[in-house]
Amino acid sequence: MATLDDVAAPQRRTKRKLTGYWLILPGALWLLVFFVIPFYSLVASSLFDPDGSVLTGYDMTWHFGNYWDAFNQYKGQLGRSLLYAGIATAVCLVVGYVLAYAIAFKAGRWKNLMLVLVIAPFFTSFLLRTLSWKLILADDGWVVGVAQAIHLTDALNIVGLTTTDDRLLATPFAVIAGLTYNFLPFMVLPLYASLEKVDFRLIEAAGDLYASPMRGFFKVTFPLSLPGVVAGTLLTFIPAAGDYVNAQLLGSTNTKMIGNSIQSLFTTQLDYATAGALSVILMVIIVAAVMAYVRTAGTEELV
Amino acid sequence: MNGLRTARRWIGDHLVLGLGLLVLAYTFVPIAIVVLMSFNDSSKQRNVYKFQKFTWDNWLHPGSWADGMADSVWLSIRIALLATLVATILGTLAAFALVRHRFAGRSTANLIIFLPMASPEIVMGSSLLALFVSRGFPLGFWTILIAHIMFCLSFVIVTVKARLSGLNDNLEQAAMDLYATESQTFWRVTFPLVLPGIVGAALLAFSLSFDDFIITNLNSGQEVTFPMFVYGANQRGVPMEVNVIGTAMFVISIAIVLGNEIMRRRQEKALAA
Repeated sequence: MATLDDVAAPQRRTKRKLTGYWLILPGALWLLVFFVIPFYSLVASSLFDPDGSVLTGYDMTWHFGNYWDAFNQYKGQLGRSLLYAGIATAVCLVVGYVLAYAIAFKAGRWKNLMLVLVIAPFFTSFLLRTLSWKLILADDGWVVGVAQAIHLTDALNIVGLTTTDDRLLATPFAVIAGLTYNFLPFMVLPLYASLEKVDFRLIEAAGDLYASPMRGFFKVTFPLSLPGVVAGTLLTFIPAAGDYVNAQLLGSTNTKMIGNSIQSLFTTQLDYATAGALSVILMVIIVAAVMAYVRTAGTEELV
Repeated sequence: MNGLRTARRWIGDHLVLGLGLLVLAYTFVPIAIVVLMSFNDSSKQRNVYKFQKFTWDNWLHPGSWADGMADSVWLSIRIALLATLVATILGTLAAFALVRHRFAGRSTANLIIFLPMASPEIVMGSSLLALFVSRGFPLGFWTILIAHIMFCLSFVIVTVKARLSGLNDNLEQAAMDLYATESQTFWRVTFPLVLPGIVGAALLAFSLSFDDFIITNLNSGQEVTFPMFVYGANQRGVPMEVNVIGTAMFVISIAIVLGNEIMRRRQEKALAA
């Protein structure tokens, strides 16, 4: 197709190319200076001499021992973070899948409204919503009453998610419930995006070929929504593993997650070396987990 | 037989929808509590987070709000407005670059934009803190603002990109065919079409910034933003006025979202006609 473009091509193409660079330059520079370079500072601070302090200054001694010390001292919190985030992600996947499926296939003309409602909780404070869970799970509240009546509290106590059989607040269960609630929209949106692309005729075809609805779902719908499952689990798991607000507001001293430790090391104990090392360890664990997971799930087109 | 099958199908269809609505309702329970607590009279027992007595006072007497809360809200609003402005401009430019222009390093750029959304906040926050401390940059208003622009940028870029790449360029071609100059085409055709995406992105940036706690808490120095105020208040007993702010934020945001949605629909109808 010969258009004006071809006639003016050589000049215009170079101009266009440069425009692209100019447009992206400010944003890219911002991310480079305040997102990429800080990682270097973080790794550097994790190798400081642990005997330094903020007042006297830190010496760069390439002290790799920080990593070993930090890991040993905080492995409990690290394990807890991964466990809590893992359970919350699994629950989000099941609950979020139901909602995403309903929006994608059953909502009809209410689709857009339901999508707005999914993100609506973001419009009020994350901290206030987390505080509300304090009230919902309060010791004299009806949630605890019902949970006791159906022996849920006993069951939770047996698997170790609560510490006594009569309360939910200030237990691992409360922290996980908070994480599940707060990060659910991050699961629903990618799941919906993936489900919406599924050709409904394929599901009908499975039904026509005498697959039961269950079988049709597990053989057709679910595999086709796998990119959304992978994206959703990552977007839920990663922020949940680093979160410390839920552990702080809904948990107890026995439910501290790694974020609690990093935060207090940086802001109150001012131990930058250990804090830096812990942050790097968390990042490395997450990157390794993500890579392993994406490889097993076999989704290459994620980024 | 056929009737039975239809009946089962009807139940199946509505069961999933019902369960979905139940999940949606569950996400609104804490919001309902925030609204409810904004009418709570807790003047006697502040350390118990529980509904005591109904009152309009929290809404009607902003003058008697807890010490420091109004300042923290004002600080959060100023930071969120500035962060939204800068992130929306830089992000929109970058989105145009990524969708409309081909250049070397695009995939690297895409990766760098994706990563902040996939990094734990605690790691981003502590990295920034390490940078500021190592350069001797004083923590405060400006460091909070820098951090907020940083994490809002990716979300703005992704949102505007989605709108822009969904756009059909027929209208722009038509404008050019009718002898509109490049800048006329841009301002009269392209920009109005992308605007709902930009507004949505700005709204997202504003709520992300207003609500951020983890990164802000690490980089704030002596400043106290609204989420930090709530977090601090949790240790002393939460003043119910915080729920007034939470409720107001929610109502205003929903109104803007609905307004934007109506604008987008009108535009689409006008285009279809």
